[in-house]
Amino acid sequence: MWARAVWLAFRSGLGGCQAFSTKANFQVKVEQTSPVTHAPRVIPQGSGPITVEVIEHLERLALVDFGSREAVARLEKAIAFADRLRAVDTDGVEPMESVLEDRCLYLRSDKVAEGNCAEELLQNSHQVVEEYFVAPPGIKNPSNTAE
Amino acid sequence: MAAPILRWVGPGKRWALAWVDSSSSHRRVSPNGSASHRMREQRSVAQQSLHTAPKPRKGGHKWAAVVGLEVHAQISSNSKLFSGSQVSFAAPPNSLVSFFDASLPGTLPVLNRRCVEAAVMTGLALNCHINKKSLFDRKHYFYADLPAGYQITQQRLPIAVRGSLTYGVFVGNKRSHMATKTVRIKQIQLEQDSGKSLHDDLRSQTLIDLNRAGVGLLEMVLEPDLSCGEEAATVVRELQLILQALGTSKANMAEGQLRVDANISVHQPGEPLGIRTEVKNLNSIRFLARAIDHEIQRQISELESGGVILNETRSFDHRLGCTVPMRDKEGKQDYRFMPEPNLPPLVLYDTASLPVGVEPQQVINIDQIRDTLPELPRVTRERLVREYGMLPEHSFTLLNEVGLLQFFQSVMKETRAEPKKVTSWVLNVLLGYLKQHNLAVNESPITPSALAGLLDLLDSKAISSSAAKEVFEELWKGKAKTAAQIVSEKQLELMQDQEALEQLCQATMEGHPQVVTDMKTGNPKAINKLIGLVRKATLNRADPAVIKNILERLSA
Repeated sequence: MWARAVWLAFRSGLGGCQAFSTKANFQVKVEQTSPVTHAPRVIPQGSGPITVEVIEHLERLALVDFGSREAVARLEKAIAFADRLRAVDTDGVEPMESVLEDRCLYLRSDKVAEGNCAEELLQNSHQVVEEYFVAPPGIKNPSNTAE
Repeated sequence: MAAPILRWVGPGKRWALAWVDSSSSHRRVSPNGSASHRMREQRSVAQQSLHTAPKPRKGGHKWAAVVGLEVHAQISSNSKLFSGSQVSFAAPPNSLVSFFDASLPGTLPVLNRRCVEAAVMTGLALNCHINKKSLFDRKHYFYADLPAGYQITQQRLPIAVRGSLTYGVFVGNKRSHMATKTVRIKQIQLEQDSGKSLHDDLRSQTLIDLNRAGVGLLEMVLEPDLSCGEEAATVVRELQLILQALGTSKANMAEGQLRVDANISVHQPGEPLGIRTEVKNLNSIRFLARAIDHEIQRQISELESGGVILNETRSFDHRLGCTVPMRDKEGKQDYRFMPEPNLPPLVLYDTASLPVGVEPQQVINIDQIRDTLPELPRVTRERLVREYGMLPEHSFTLLNEVGLLQFFQSVMKETRAEPKKVTSWVLNVLLGYLKQHNLAVNESPITPSALAGLLDLLDSKAISSSAAKEVFEELWKGKAKTAAQIVSEKQLELMQDQEALEQLCQATMEGHPQVVTDMKTGNPKAINKLIGLVRKATLNRADPAVIKNILERLSA
């Protein structure tokens, strides 16, 4: 009974976020109890402030723009929030690769059934040259499989 | 498992020390004792650590090169890996593109069964362990020919792992002896191909054609067990033959169905592995070998003069014959791998674990695929050696030249001549002529029937072997005459009249008494001169060996 209460409070404490393993009997590291609800509070282990190099790296990788200090602060809070997952003891628990893990991967037979819609697709593009898409300038090539 | 080759690299002179691993045991024979064993353990160490080059060595020149290959083969299928658009080499731009390939929102990947079968067949042919469960991941990077911004691949748990490929190398200075070596296959994975980008430098823009985007690829990662360009070329050729025999890929490098990248580093035996560079843009086997050898040399020269090797990507410029740095990659690329959320794990079965009551179309049985594998090149070669008694080297040549095996088998079918004769004529004479005139087998002016006819005449001793060569020359002109016709036209038939021949010999001997005396004193040149004279007298229609016998008998 008590264990179930702990479990429910823990779930609500984390804002009901998912990604619990379906196979687990997990344990929670309870450090303190919250003064109001007496629910266990999970202590996040943050890794410190985010450096400028990391921000620049992320901006390059994900093509996002952390324009302001506010945005970076929000990022730090988001990381701290997600860090609370580390409090869960997952020793000996198989990670879930996909929420579809119990589904069968459907195998399609090798028949041609699509394509031949160049005109339609090219309508999406800003610029077109003779049925080729025109790529906007300035994209560097980190591609692995060479042309 | 392979043992490394130590290469002696000095100005102009190269020889390779090779030794053969007889089985898959872990026994390693090394001229340096324990050094190569350390090398093997250190192979698993990431090669990206910064390595301060040793001071330039003037004396010791022994360098070991380490080459690892990554091969991408386009799967031969009707439709793409995750969508139903067609796979075809030449088609109007963007005409073979589905909504999923163009990465329009709301589309989902659907796995093509044929691609999975191709991966399993290839894995089995390369002695891999097939993972009954494999997973798909997303590899993120931005480029115009990758509309989704990520490629679906199998990074965490690929479909096949831990395989091996045996290949043959010529050993020794005269390349007279063939030894087999093995390269380990780290893994085989299914992944999507990207589209094609065409750079229009005139208007500084890039044109994108997505016909190729989403085509299924087999990526085969080979462990760095190779040590020179020739080995790499042989391995790639063998892979091509295997893929073509299986039908899983056409593996034509010129058409981009087979792409190879090489990772190359050098180090002194006994020391840690050196920094590696990656060489890309290799679109033929010949360039592959040259690029690798050049890069090895470049690294050695660089290190010997006290420089350092940068962990960079280079491209091979075949006109200059050297590798040049590609545009810098701005540090190590972070692909932010994540599981592909739209695809469950891929589960394969064998006969023992086949689920009951499931539609067969939805189930892939590894055992069934193994039982229906076609004959692999290695087995074909063994069969040729067994059936026709040819040397292993010959079987390699027969398979390596496109179309030569079929030619050989056609000739064998139509001729009475011995296999050894046929082998010799096909590999030495025909192939020699083809190479000299830079022709492919299917461009040969001599058909298998024509050659079979010639060999029949030779076999029945109707003509001498020198006459046969003449006939071959005539046939080469391709004027649609048969060997028999040429023989009668040029009167090349062997003299069948023994008596007439004896009379000729007698007459020649009487006409050249001095030479006869020389011959009797045992001078070999003398008898050859007489043979030559008799042959001229017979208008080349007598077998020199027969003439020699008669002369020796008459002079006794």
